[in-house]
Amino acid sequence: MSKVFEQPHSLYSEFERKTAGSKKTTHYCPGCGHGNVHKMIAEALDDLEIAERSVFVSPVGCSVFGYYYFNSGNFQSAHGRAAAVATGVKRANPDSVVISYQGDGDLAAIGTAETIHAANRGENITVIFINNAIYGMTGGQMAPTTMIGQRSTTTPRGRSEVDHGNPVRVCEMLATLPAPTYIERVGLGNSKQIMKARKAIRKALKIQKEGRGYSFVEILAPCPTGWKMDPPQARDHLLDTMEEIFPLGVYKDISDEREEHSWDRLSSPFEVEKRHEYLQAMKTPLDLEPIELPTDLNCKFAGFGGQGILTLGLFLAQVGMKAGHQVSWFPAYGPEMRGGTANCSVNVSRERIGAPTVEHPNVLVAMNQPSLEMFEKDIVDGGWIFVDSGICTGEPDRERLKVTMIPAAEIADKVGTPKVANVVMLGALCAATEMFPADYVKDTLKVIVKRQELVDMNLKAFDAGWEFVRKDG
Amino acid sequence: MARQFMKGNDAIILGALAAGCRAYYGYPITPASEIAHAAALHFPALEGVFIQAESEVAAINMVYGTAGMGIRTMTASSSPGYSLKQEGLSYIAGAELPAVVVNIVRGGPGLGNIAPEQADYFQMTKGGGHGNYRVVALAPNSAQEMCDLTMLAFDLADKYRNPATIMADGITGQMMEVVDIPEPHPVPYDHSDWCVRGDAATRQNLVSSIYLEPEELEQHNLKLHAKYQKITQDEVRFEEYRTDDAELLIVAYGVVSRIVYSTIDQARAEGLKVGLLRPITIWPFPSEAIRRHSEKVKGILAVELSTGQMIEDVRLAVEGRCPVHFYGRCGGMVPGGKEILEQYRTIMAGGAH
Repeated sequence: MSKVFEQPHSLYSEFERKTAGSKKTTHYCPGCGHGNVHKMIAEALDDLEIAERSVFVSPVGCSVFGYYYFNSGNFQSAHGRAAAVATGVKRANPDSVVISYQGDGDLAAIGTAETIHAANRGENITVIFINNAIYGMTGGQMAPTTMIGQRSTTTPRGRSEVDHGNPVRVCEMLATLPAPTYIERVGLGNSKQIMKARKAIRKALKIQKEGRGYSFVEILAPCPTGWKMDPPQARDHLLDTMEEIFPLGVYKDISDEREEHSWDRLSSPFEVEKRHEYLQAMKTPLDLEPIELPTDLNCKFAGFGGQGILTLGLFLAQVGMKAGHQVSWFPAYGPEMRGGTANCSVNVSRERIGAPTVEHPNVLVAMNQPSLEMFEKDIVDGGWIFVDSGICTGEPDRERLKVTMIPAAEIADKVGTPKVANVVMLGALCAATEMFPADYVKDTLKVIVKRQELVDMNLKAFDAGWEFVRKDG
Repeated sequence: MARQFMKGNDAIILGALAAGCRAYYGYPITPASEIAHAAALHFPALEGVFIQAESEVAAINMVYGTAGMGIRTMTASSSPGYSLKQEGLSYIAGAELPAVVVNIVRGGPGLGNIAPEQADYFQMTKGGGHGNYRVVALAPNSAQEMCDLTMLAFDLADKYRNPATIMADGITGQMMEVVDIPEPHPVPYDHSDWCVRGDAATRQNLVSSIYLEPEELEQHNLKLHAKYQKITQDEVRFEEYRTDDAELLIVAYGVVSRIVYSTIDQARAEGLKVGLLRPITIWPFPSEAIRRHSEKVKGILAVELSTGQMIEDVRLAVEGRCPVHFYGRCGGMVPGGKEILEQYRTIMAGGAH
């Protein structure tokens, strides 16, 4: 005849990790609910044959030492963070069975965000929520679930609605979310309730085992020490008072609607070969055709947001990259990009680039008047300046600078859209500086313009800018 | 050579993928968000995990969970978000888990602004979370290094079972440069002896930072301390430029080192003998190299995007052997080469402050 009563194998028979006191007894107080719940979880792990792949997460609270007792993989976590840690565990190995075991302070005060969002993502984990309406470990302070009028060390005159708000009903809150599969509140007030609690825990873990989604079991548990009662009084109090505020029952159960899932483990890194192929496919498809530069280019491109200033910089930088040079592109980033003016700095250099910001450009493209006013003075003597003469009213210093006045927006409009005014400028820049041949830049544009249907328009715009300078010059 | 023109922030994810990182958890914040964008795009494509977490705190604790499974994982943020991650970093260091955390530093304190700064030096190198712990802190100054040092960070994190971090300023995150696409390498670490994977082999393992007995916690702290000393001994990285005959040594890292680099040749052309020492690891700090220089040079100048943070480590290394000067801009202001050159001239002419 087999033994009827046996300690579950998912609990250690001796608690070797326990540092103080007997290795055969738990650290919980007499009449505490944790011991009951630990046993019920362990039995379910045994019966469902999932103990080997189970991971128990114990955050701060009386159950912080869950790892003394559970013969499973164990994580101790920070206060309130158990659901986030459980998420990281489960996502790393979806084949594991993850139990986030939390008290009321942990789950419904400091860890409310983690609780709600793990539930809302429908993480395939099981959350066991011990609600005893008090902070036990830290010395009997008010919990988010402490009842109105209940005395605690931080509500010595009883919890008042006005000062502290009302007890938080977590099952009711979580049941409003579409993702969770199963939410039930049970109690430990009498043997009938305990039988129900056992069933609920088993069901929650079975749902996880079968990959049916998020399961949550709230357990009303006595805390005789925190409540300053003896164990029988505490059980009565639970039945008489707590149940009224926290009604027992199933708040949500859509386990029948959820299909079974199983997953592969993620426990090894991606294969090197697979990673290699993936990364190589990212490369910018520009074959190197080196071109010697007579001088480095230190450019400032500036104008209104929406004029394609940043893209102009990107195009020139990629031409420089194709030509085999060091390049850098730096945008003045942030809100100024969204509203008014935009500018970026581009270096194309034969040698290692120092500052990615351009303090003294030898090329300035100014597509509006404020840009002209702001940056003209910074240009080095003999530098190039390109001004949209249709937009800017100012006249640059022709003595000091090589000036190109070009109605880029108007030319672009004739080409087909004012949006390619930036590429008209690129054509003018390449023609005036004589750094890159027209065909070379156009070959580059064919590759780097992202929307293929716009390539022709861009090439035309480039030619128009180029020809304007050549005709003019 | 396969090359890509990319943002520094994107290069972080390129490095992470090459290093075999499998899970990214993050929260949006400027100027670091492109890292999350790239992770969201690429991780699922390689059967990895990407979660936009509900908070920075949740993100770093998800990292704790995955790191405890012995799997390469990371998160990234910018200054205010990094402050929030300090709790998790303390737990990760305490539980001795390998993880990579990136900080693209912006202007502070408080909400500050989104412009580049280096005023997180203290929180990156001295801790910020509770307890006796250290995290490796790498300071890239180019898009290429954003990639390469991220790969190195994963290796150092695994090697020492400790968080390894990247501290970059907003410019290094936002600028685009040409990056050589790295060759992925196998992950040469098997963590079965300590990690918890949810299987029979690791069932008896425990991921924890709690040591209730003072005697035990002291031993744990001493063990960590010995590890940090070994890192200090073996993992210092820095770069020097024209320091051989330098009379004034400039110490600068991140984007500031790029600006200083531009000024060195100009200064030399004026006859000013200056050289640059750039810490690549800001923890461990290249104290020994700076000490050696302090015996030869007439002075040292620390240049930072802060009101003076790294300079404290420079002074500790110098121990009064030579004058240590400071020049810094903050609030998102970035010094130009001209104003830095002016500092050299003043100092070399005998002006000191």
